[in-house]
Amino acid sequence: MSAPQVGLGLGGPAVTGGPAAAPEYGPAALSRLPRPLQVGWRAILTIWANGKARIGIVILAILILAALSAPLIAPYSPTASNFGQSLPPSGAHWLGTTGSGQDVLSRLIFGARVSLFVAFAAGVLSTIIAITVGVFAGYLRGFAEETIGFVVNLFLVIPALPLMIVLATYVPSRGVDVIVLVVVITGWAWGARVLRAQTSTLRNRDFVAAAEFSGERPGRVVFREILPNMTSLVAASFLGAATAAVLGEAGLEFLGLGNPSTISWGTMLFWAQNSNALLTGQWLQILAPGLCIALLATSLSLVNFGIDALSNPRLREGGSR
Amino acid sequence: MNPIIRKLILFVATLWAAVTVNFFIPRLMPGTPGDAALAKLAGNGPINPAQRQAIDATLGVPHGSLVSQYWTYLDNSAHGRFGISYTYFPQTVSSLILHALPWTLVLVGTVTVIAFVVGTLLGVLAAWRRGRAVDTVATVGGTFTSGFPYFWTALLLLFVFAFKLNWFPIKGGYAADVSPNLSLAFVRDAAFHSVLPALTILISGLGGWLLGMRNNMINTLGEDYVTFAEANGLRGRTVALRYAARNALLPNLTAFGMALGLVVGGSLLTEVVFAYPGVGYLLYNAVVNEDFPLMQALFLVITVSVLVANFAVDLLYGLLDPRAR
Repeated sequence: MSAPQVGLGLGGPAVTGGPAAAPEYGPAALSRLPRPLQVGWRAILTIWANGKARIGIVILAILILAALSAPLIAPYSPTASNFGQSLPPSGAHWLGTTGSGQDVLSRLIFGARVSLFVAFAAGVLSTIIAITVGVFAGYLRGFAEETIGFVVNLFLVIPALPLMIVLATYVPSRGVDVIVLVVVITGWAWGARVLRAQTSTLRNRDFVAAAEFSGERPGRVVFREILPNMTSLVAASFLGAATAAVLGEAGLEFLGLGNPSTISWGTMLFWAQNSNALLTGQWLQILAPGLCIALLATSLSLVNFGIDALSNPRLREGGSR
Repeated sequence: MNPIIRKLILFVATLWAAVTVNFFIPRLMPGTPGDAALAKLAGNGPINPAQRQAIDATLGVPHGSLVSQYWTYLDNSAHGRFGISYTYFPQTVSSLILHALPWTLVLVGTVTVIAFVVGTLLGVLAAWRRGRAVDTVATVGGTFTSGFPYFWTALLLLFVFAFKLNWFPIKGGYAADVSPNLSLAFVRDAAFHSVLPALTILISGLGGWLLGMRNNMINTLGEDYVTFAEANGLRGRTVALRYAARNALLPNLTAFGMALGLVVGGSLLTEVVFAYPGVGYLLYNAVVNEDFPLMQALFLVITVSVLVANFAVDLLYGLLDPRAR
């Protein structure tokens, strides 16, 4: 953390509570930090104060750590297939081996990388599109607003899973990048709708009028005045898109629409199902990757509870209404 | 402008746009899906000109101008002429869809309604008992189960109840040795086959309704009229259900309308695991066999159903909530 971050513009006009209120939330050193960092720190404390969000952060941190240190903690190479085939769990192979003789645990640990990558990449891209489209649609008036709103609604009503499947079927090379792209195309509209609604209410506030009268360009009004007031909604739409991306990726890969040589939880389930793992009693090969997907999706949703509490005090635990 | 007329215009415009998107998807994709389709179809025997024309119109084999292709496509779509499937040669795409629809409508339709009702009631309960054990279990449990991929829930249920315990059949919508009819024995058999798929959709789908309703309800409980009702000494149940829940339900109705529209698309991932003879499984088979005419037609039918359901809910919403008129 360094001082030059002041210029990033987290401290919008509507962010209330001056530096005087800061020390009671955190260490005394906090009041010496630049204001945007104080705001960020208080946001983190509010999220952490939510018990559910705390569980989510812990689960997410464990999964990220496992993904980052995969080569260190995985017992074997995920591609090595020189073990016995379909071995039951043992000391050497905690979760057994696959039908083609690969270590299930090692594949599971390395698989975290792909799922997390897809979650974050698709989340970030969807959010960027949602911000650009949503904020401008909410800020502009007249024909442009109607047109953008129409396109957003169109993407909202076209059913996501069938669209994902149709798009993925037409594309011949189906790497992780294609999956991210398909998930983004079907996933940005929810965030755009929420951000658009919030922007159109903020647009009528006095501080926006003041900025306009002082001659600021529309781009600056949107990104420096309006956007900082929606940080929590932006975070929520990122987490929502990331959760949808995790489940979307798993579904596509399970259906065989991914690249089957990718090491990910979705393809693990694809191979387990194709080698009839359940019928041969290899149920761990189904249980483990699915549980990891469910835990990742759950942790993202749990963090979202904390973020909801940021933007809506009524949802805070302990009921501060 | 009259709001109903405005909504109608918007609906027609969205319908047109969705149908047009469906027209352009295969044309924007790499390769020529139309040629691949014709080549596969030719493997089944000679193609008559009408079949060829239908495929050309759907998948965009370049012949004629784009405008004339587009008109042919609109004309064919409006009359349900989607050509011939080559996965299920020589059945037409329309008859395949018509045969799959009843299975999906009954199974997914019933479960969607059950999940909505049960999830909403649990959401009301969680918000009313906020911060207590019931709330924590319902919220965390609902978050966890809504993170279950549908196919994973399906596989686990299949393993435990069909494979290990042998309580339910492993796959299909009815016993393999009978053909579909409307006798009581057949209906009972079909219901028996649908227990595990139904349970799957219920488990994975319940959480979303629960969480949505809980959040709406907590917001509504903070409103003055609820405090006023409590201060008047009304019974807790009356306040929760007659005052708060009725209003908290409104935003969820839009989502319920979309879910009802999505019923037509079936629950693809669930139907695939159970090889259930519905629309989702048909779409999956179209995809794995690269049966583009079938796939495009299914996508069109699913999208149009969602749009129509959405429009119906939109109109209904105006009746239920005077503020939205």
